[in-house]
Amino acid sequence: MNRATATISLTVNGDPVTLPADPSRRLSEVLREGLGLRGTKVGCDAGDCGACTVLLDGAPVCACLTPLAQAGGRDVQTVEGLQATALQQAFLRHGAAQCGICTPGMLMTATAFLQERPEPTRAEAQEALGGVLCRCTGYTKIIDAVLDAAPGAPAQMPEAGHAVGARVERLDGGPKVAGTEIYGADACPEHTLLVRAVRAPSAPATFTLGDIETWRAAQPGEVHVFTASDIPGANIFGTIPPFADQPALAEDRARLRGEAVALVAGEAGVIEALDLTTFPITWQEADAGAPVHDNRPDNLLIAGVVRRGDAEAALANAVHVAEAQAETPYIEHAYIEPEAGVAWLEGDTLVIQACTQAPVMDRDDTARVLGLDPHKLRIIPAAAGGGFGSKLDLSLQPLIGLVALKTGRPARMIYTRAESMASTTKRHPARMSGRAGVDAEGRVTGMIFDGDFNTGAYASWGPTVAGRVPVHASGPYYTPNYAAEARAIHSYQPISGAFRGFGVPQAAILQEALYDDLAMKAGLDRLAFRRLNALQDGQSTVCGQVLHGVGIAACLDALKGPWEAALASADMANAEGGRFRHGVGVASCWYGCGNTGLPNPSTIRVGITAKGELILHQGATDIGQGSNTVITQICADALGLPVGQFRLIGPDTGLTPDCGKTSASRQTYVTGKAALLAGQALRGRILALSNMAEDARITLVGETLTVTDDRGERQVALRDLTPDGHGYVLAAEETYDPPTSPLDENGQGSPYAVYGFGAQMAELTVDVHLGIVRVTRITAAHDLGRVINPLLAEGQVEGGVAQGLGLALMEEYIPGRTENLHDYLIPTTGDMPEVKSIFVEVPDPEGPMGLKGLGEHVLIPTAPAILNAIRHATGAKVTKLPALPHRVLAAIREAQE
Amino acid sequence: MAAYHRPDTLQGALDVLAERPVTIAAGCTDLFPATQGRTLTGPVLDITGIAGLRGIKREEGGFRIGATTSWTDVIRAELPPAFDMLKQAAREVGSVQIQNSGTVAGNICNASPAADGMPCLAALDAEVEIASAKNTRTLPLLHFVNGPRRTALEPGELVTAITIPEKATRGTSRFLKLGARKYLVISIAMVAVRLDIEGGTVRDAGLAVGACSAVATRLTDLEATLAGQPSSGLSQHITDAAVAAALSPIDDIRADGPYRAHAAAELLRRAVDDLTQPARAAA
Repeated sequence: MNRATATISLTVNGDPVTLPADPSRRLSEVLREGLGLRGTKVGCDAGDCGACTVLLDGAPVCACLTPLAQAGGRDVQTVEGLQATALQQAFLRHGAAQCGICTPGMLMTATAFLQERPEPTRAEAQEALGGVLCRCTGYTKIIDAVLDAAPGAPAQMPEAGHAVGARVERLDGGPKVAGTEIYGADACPEHTLLVRAVRAPSAPATFTLGDIETWRAAQPGEVHVFTASDIPGANIFGTIPPFADQPALAEDRARLRGEAVALVAGEAGVIEALDLTTFPITWQEADAGAPVHDNRPDNLLIAGVVRRGDAEAALANAVHVAEAQAETPYIEHAYIEPEAGVAWLEGDTLVIQACTQAPVMDRDDTARVLGLDPHKLRIIPAAAGGGFGSKLDLSLQPLIGLVALKTGRPARMIYTRAESMASTTKRHPARMSGRAGVDAEGRVTGMIFDGDFNTGAYASWGPTVAGRVPVHASGPYYTPNYAAEARAIHSYQPISGAFRGFGVPQAAILQEALYDDLAMKAGLDRLAFRRLNALQDGQSTVCGQVLHGVGIAACLDALKGPWEAALASADMANAEGGRFRHGVGVASCWYGCGNTGLPNPSTIRVGITAKGELILHQGATDIGQGSNTVITQICADALGLPVGQFRLIGPDTGLTPDCGKTSASRQTYVTGKAALLAGQALRGRILALSNMAEDARITLVGETLTVTDDRGERQVALRDLTPDGHGYVLAAEETYDPPTSPLDENGQGSPYAVYGFGAQMAELTVDVHLGIVRVTRITAAHDLGRVINPLLAEGQVEGGVAQGLGLALMEEYIPGRTENLHDYLIPTTGDMPEVKSIFVEVPDPEGPMGLKGLGEHVLIPTAPAILNAIRHATGAKVTKLPALPHRVLAAIREAQE
Repeated sequence: MAAYHRPDTLQGALDVLAERPVTIAAGCTDLFPATQGRTLTGPVLDITGIAGLRGIKREEGGFRIGATTSWTDVIRAELPPAFDMLKQAAREVGSVQIQNSGTVAGNICNASPAADGMPCLAALDAEVEIASAKNTRTLPLLHFVNGPRRTALEPGELVTAITIPEKATRGTSRFLKLGARKYLVISIAMVAVRLDIEGGTVRDAGLAVGACSAVATRLTDLEATLAGQPSSGLSQHITDAAVAAALSPIDDIRADGPYRAHAAAELLRRAVDDLTQPARAAA
């Protein structure tokens, strides 16, 4: 009866297994580490995310909340037990997996649900999947897939020359729906040491280390301990080298709660059981009034400025002037995969396989910390279970690298949800104010923006945020007189870094509130007012850059029909009275793609082997957004071979040329252009070799290239050609770097070569007695220049809208208080509105095939559109985010007074 | 490795409890989130192997909800309309995953001020049946949960069931929960209302509010006000002031105290309207 030590038998995916395991161990751990079934993902260890969902006797449970004992004698099904089911195919067909980390949990939950309700309604499917969080997709395509899980025909790949524009399924989707994708926590070579960090309980604080040897000796197994003094290189890193200020392990003081101060490493069983609160360290509270960094006495990291014309004079002469304030909190990226990775030595090369968005930056910064030649460090990006900007920064790379170097053994680290939230970067909290004015016709004559952005303890991407905000705070509107300043200011708080939009989403909240005010004061329809002021081709931005291929007017025009219908329908509903008030709001976005006035090249290599393999070295990290697929589509059409014929290598700093970082909405544009050039170059080589015409058709069958034009056909026997140093008989490698110029002291210049544009419209209802906001529809019109893959583009829009909705209505990270996914809320299936994507194609003269970036743009207009709709519905101006019910109700009451 | 006991009889469990302190585990949906460890903390008594503790039974004098009855069991049980609120609450506990594992009794033993089950069980006059190796006893629910994260459970004792007296199983009921998102959400405020109406007049009312005090609160004064009133226009007797007087809501990350008190009153009015004006509720 008591099973204190006996083995436990259960059935896993139909196979009986008997385990000599601890009965109180989480089933998720037993499956992953005991049985190697790492398709079951762990996102929170608290039942908040559902990623670990498995079926216990057919019913979905969180494996992280199930003690092994309770699975004894029962049947456990995991994603590995699903064998190319219709549901998995539907997930691929609908683009339901982006990063894929939630996919196993979604699949298992949906499998049980469909068993019980084979033909569910959308609402039923949403409720059934309400317990699995996804941060990428906005859920729309997941629910679509669940509702369309009938067996279908296998996917058809587009023919040669027709890849661009096609709804191509993700090329890397198979492993995501099979549960075989390798994320940071999923690789564990033999004899790997587990690493944990000792972290600061509060900040600011100074510390002294105690008698580590005695503590080590008192532990029940062998424990290695490493501190800052063990770091062989420069104990300082940062994404922007001139501002690097962050130690890999703190030396004598902690600037933020959760900062790592020491590492313990050893056998997993020993390290897991350690009570790190006994670690010999003495903490002393430090002066919170002292500067965070001695070399920045005012805590000012940097201020970004853009000035054009005379804004004060323009406002003094304006017919109407509006004024606004807004405050936004820390926003957590809340990817479902906490940081994880493993490091090991191959000869004298250190290899790190970890979650990242920026493999080459990881390599260079980690090499510096570890005192290695960068060529002795290889970064293999693990599949990223969501990134959204935070995984641009180093997290555990130098830590596991240090342990592997010092011990010679593989070293692995998996952040808990709490340590991920406490120690990694956030969206900058912002306090913003602004004024804007219009002339008698309603044309904007000037705008002033001022913002303090809490950049936290270390520089990270603070300079980028301070630089991007003033460039973008005008919105995509012609603003002849402009003065904007954004300051990145240090605090002893979480590090603010990159998060989808680099501060621009915060700035848009203020600017679009001003625009609603101005439209009302000028007596203009709010959409018409924006259309009147939309940037036109040939006009100058606030940086004095003359733009071409400007699509904002086309986006606003695309909203005209939906806008009028929504206003009419809201008016009609409001005429009935009652506690629900209906509102409609609109907001725009623009966003420069790539680094701000700095080089950011990408290099793509494509080659054909003697055996006829067509290989693309694709170094752009696909964090779910789809680079692996769209870069290949572009290269395929440039070359003229079918997209389905490509095999992808990389990203891997040992195998792929540098494609830079996955940030700033640059990959489809910058790496895409390199892929276009490389594809064209390889095509040129083939045509030259065969002496055929420009428009010849190329086919690759076996070891033979066949080139056909209207004069005839030529064949190239690949094995007769001599392979190059990379093993290719035919290859091309091309680099593209956007032509930009640095900004001068007034922020004038050409900071970006390509901009993307968009406008979104929110429809919602507000329960005016409780302040509850329910967004019913977002209509999102985005100018992509050229749509490479509508399926993936829709996924970007839906996911961005979800994050924008979270920013508007529920997300607020409070250090030490919301370090979990039940106090820090992100939208669930039930919170998502219908999302209607409208794609506009105004070709950009610089972008490959005319395309523009999209990834960050999609998030920017959502929150301001929602806030403007709340105001339209109720008159309430919510200026402090998130618009939680009590804040909305207070704003409604204030508006009524 | 700490001891893990999983007896298959109640007596076996009580014997373990009599020997030494253990953590009593059932659904583990609160125990595991409380640790960052890979295992449950300390010696564990897992009571889910005791078949007799699971399920809802009608018995002499009322209903009995066994200690390991899951929220999904509640949703699937055939119960009179007075339990509708408990079923509605069950569907809002966490997620399907949590409902499949988490237990009703565990929800009250965890004694969170925001426990979804508490207001419903309070409005059902629930009592808690407690056993130890020496004896058994029964406590009214709101005596059993006697503070935030605190219960009257003594060392050596185990909750074996929650019982609902027959007289509280009459009438219809409604649960409403307000949170900042739809699923997997901790309440800002929640209410449970049970109305026994006969011939257009309220014979008996049970009103309870959760997440607005350290422990869910039964609004006995307001219940007395409603008793004997005509069901039509009933919600007008529920004033913000009367509700606020019974509560002690706090400011926290989810809402401020005054909002909570107002929301509780508003939700109570809506729940009462739903029960007294069914046509409107459907609209």
